[in-house]
Amino acid sequence: MKEIRWHGRGGQGAKTVSQVLAQINLREGKFVQAFPEFGPERSGAPIRAYNRISDDEILVHSAVYTPDVVVVVDESLLRSENPTEGLRPDGILIVNTPCSPEEIRKQTGFRGKIIAVDADRIAREAGTGFANIPMLGAVAAALGTEWGIVEEEVRRAMGERMSRDMLEKNVAALRAAYEEAKGVGSVR
Amino acid sequence: MRKVMTGHKAVAEAMRQIEPDVVAVYPITPQSEIAEYYAEYVHDGIVHTELVPVESEHSALSACVGAAAAGARVMTATSSQGLALLVEVLYIAAGMRLPIVMALANRALSAPINIHCDHSDAYLARDAGAFQIFCESAQEAYDYTLIAQRIAEHAKVRLPGIVNLDGFALTHTSQVVEPLEDAVAKKFVGPFQPLYPLLDVDNPVTWGPFAMPDYYFELKRAQEAAMEEVPGVFLEVQKEYARLSGRPYAGFLEEYRLADADRALVVLGSTAGTAKVAVDALRERGEKVGLLKVWLFRPFPYAAVAQALGHLKYVAVLDRAISFGAMGALYSDVAAALYRHKDRPVLTNYIYGLGGRDITAEQLESVLLELSKVRPDEALRYIGLRE
Repeated sequence: MKEIRWHGRGGQGAKTVSQVLAQINLREGKFVQAFPEFGPERSGAPIRAYNRISDDEILVHSAVYTPDVVVVVDESLLRSENPTEGLRPDGILIVNTPCSPEEIRKQTGFRGKIIAVDADRIAREAGTGFANIPMLGAVAAALGTEWGIVEEEVRRAMGERMSRDMLEKNVAALRAAYEEAKGVGSVR
Repeated sequence: MRKVMTGHKAVAEAMRQIEPDVVAVYPITPQSEIAEYYAEYVHDGIVHTELVPVESEHSALSACVGAAAAGARVMTATSSQGLALLVEVLYIAAGMRLPIVMALANRALSAPINIHCDHSDAYLARDAGAFQIFCESAQEAYDYTLIAQRIAEHAKVRLPGIVNLDGFALTHTSQVVEPLEDAVAKKFVGPFQPLYPLLDVDNPVTWGPFAMPDYYFELKRAQEAAMEEVPGVFLEVQKEYARLSGRPYAGFLEEYRLADADRALVVLGSTAGTAKVAVDALRERGEKVGLLKVWLFRPFPYAAVAQALGHLKYVAVLDRAISFGAMGALYSDVAAALYRHKDRPVLTNYIYGLGGRDITAEQLESVLLELSKVRPDEALRYIGLRE
């Protein structure tokens, strides 16, 4: 079983993409859980969301304490939220940042694999303004998920929420981050 | 087809397939998304249900009582303080023998204010006269909503029923659920047969009459007779559902690695899943441990519980609520069930998970490991509490 913890801020859509990731994993034939950290939801406040992915039925209903993957959607949380807490030494830290993995390593002290994706820049260039979709692309690549499934499920999940034009821009951002992260290797 | 959905959505899907005539809800915190999803189905014309938004949970169940007495198939959903407010009317629904099925998203009661999971609300409704089922997963919440509808409406029963699903752990967690095809679910539930409907004006009847000391007692005894029919109907309907769905449901209880165990946990709800992980981990290390999960909480299956636990040396009963000044409600039931058993196990009562306090597999392993060393007494023990 793989466990993922997302760090974002209210309104950035971390919870939304954690739910989309669950749909992607289901398409791969996996059993899944996806849940937000349960508390008052306020725009801009730090939030956490979680995924569990397994080949077998998932029975456990407790919180996630030792994730295999940590995703930081908002770089400022590196300083305030201690996002590497409990992250397995052989896990992956994925950060939305213009910095290099080495700089993130220095900042966090995390010794495992680090994927640095400038999702803000990707979102800006694609014209979407939301880093959550490119971060989902990076996570899917790190998990070794086939691109076709990622694209299809994002189109299915987001298609009703936005105009066709905006959807295409988001898929472009998704793809750019997916390709960027793909080379770094997966947790599987 | 397998889908990803929350427990709330799973219950709403079952309700969509049941498609009651009336759903009355008070759509505000502490309600559940079940009401929101159902309101959407009504708005989108997916179901032809009269959705009655009312001004309180007390009114929600009151509207359900009125509609059910009129001859409608009726459902609702509630949680926490909302359940507390409607309990008065739940006694009335049971006393009037109205088959209203209600999902209960289990959450703590105030004060202090808390929105997270425990079983205080279900325990509050324990003696109201509704049958109660607890679910381990969103899948079970879906399945048992359909099953509960059949039990409630069975001619021998005609009682309200509560389907309990743990707040957040089930209600807000997206997980894999495989619903039945609409046609299959609808056929399983079948058409509603109203009994003595108020709207049948050619055959006038009296509902909710006055009963003084000369009749009240007999009417309440008759109500208990209806409750006594629930176990038999439960088994019959569950068996039919198991055959239809392929799900491994058989009995009031799920016995997990219990047959050759010497120690076991007894739990309600989603903690059963986490407990299975704990049992598996200890079994790997050669420990003879098991789990008893209780599906049917009211009426309590005393004989089946005694049968399942009688051979064990030590049993920990876990309650997710304090019954202030008394042992836990589940513990008291299990103790009563085992009282007549000759070589009964040593029982210990643990309180856990109040107000959403997390319960982990490691903590449950510790409970199973310490059980043989715990001195048997009537003291409550607490899991994961700072003292």
